[in-house]
Amino acid sequence: MLLSTLEISKAEFEAGTGWQLKPEGACKGDVCIPIPNADGDTVDVSAAAKAMNLPLAEEPEAQLWAMGPESIGGRALMTAKAPELSLPDVDGKMFNLSSLKGKKVLVYAWAPY
Amino acid sequence: MWQTLREELKDKGFELVTVGLDTLGVEGCKAFIDAANPQHPSLIDQHHAMADLFGVVNIPSSIWIDEDGMIVRPAEAAPAPPKPGLEGAGGSNMQVPSDIPDRLKQMMTEAAKIPKPGSQTAYHEALRDWVEKGADSEFVMSPEKAIERSRPRDETTALGHAHFELATELEMRGNHDLAIKHFQKAHELVPDSWTFRRQAWSLEKMGDGPLARFWQGPNPENPEAWPYEGDWLEDIKREGAENYSEGFTP
Repeated sequence: MLLSTLEISKAEFEAGTGWQLKPEGACKGDVCIPIPNADGDTVDVSAAAKAMNLPLAEEPEAQLWAMGPESIGGRALMTAKAPELSLPDVDGKMFNLSSLKGKKVLVYAWAPY
Repeated sequence: MWQTLREELKDKGFELVTVGLDTLGVEGCKAFIDAANPQHPSLIDQHHAMADLFGVVNIPSSIWIDEDGMIVRPAEAAPAPPKPGLEGAGGSNMQVPSDIPDRLKQMMTEAAKIPKPGSQTAYHEALRDWVEKGADSEFVMSPEKAIERSRPRDETTALGHAHFELATELEMRGNHDLAIKHFQKAHELVPDSWTFRRQAWSLEKMGDGPLARFWQGPNPENPEAWPYEGDWLEDIKREGAENYSEGFTP
């Protein structure tokens, strides 16, 4: 997820990482990882990234950071539960993959290059 | 022809979602989407969320998700279904025109070597089987198997993903030079991702024509200006066109 500051709201952290914040820590699937101040209103991204072993890359010239995905278990998927995928269509209208619950879905990645 | 297959299966509780991976967004994808006139959700992914979330490293690739939102097949190569009336027509039957630059000729020759597996139909038959039988289909994977079959990812590759996201964001902000720096880092840290490479190469346009983004390599008149370690032709020759796309493993 992209960041222009390393102190963000709980909601931003959850939407950006797919991890839910609970009193016991950041949780996804069956995994909960304790992070500092987990029940606060804001998240210290550096501290959370360190605790959760999430990579943080920085571009100082643009005051921009990106926090990468987790690598727990050594695989791209740490759970088989499909993550939320929220992306716009060609008209800019947002679509959520979760809106197709109840159907079998094939998600097909392509590129115009 | 995914739409034909989607049309065939949509009344059986199936939906197709197509995702165009392109930092140029609408500008890059719109012509292709308009031409296809999709009736299914057709999305645009400028930061390659598909790589972070599902481990997509090449295109075309697909993921199967069941009615309960469980991944039953992780990202894998997904050939397009054959066009009606063109069954069996593979890349190797393509005629390479003679009046194009030598680089493009070589690229087309290499592309023709990428296997169009006999298993191409096997993938679509597997999809039909799943839509028909659901959890009883032999092609459905257990959660453990789906995780195990997803791409390897360690701290290094995860950091590469973060650099790639910085690169796409900087490119979108018009800061091409800084973007290149982070694309280079992403390539170094995630060397097996074709999409990370092809995305970056495609932004080094060669002229303004329709092939500008397909050149994906140094300008012969100024090769020193090419900012990347590899390029499409060099990399596919090194890795072998026959290894470009994985076959279908049930």
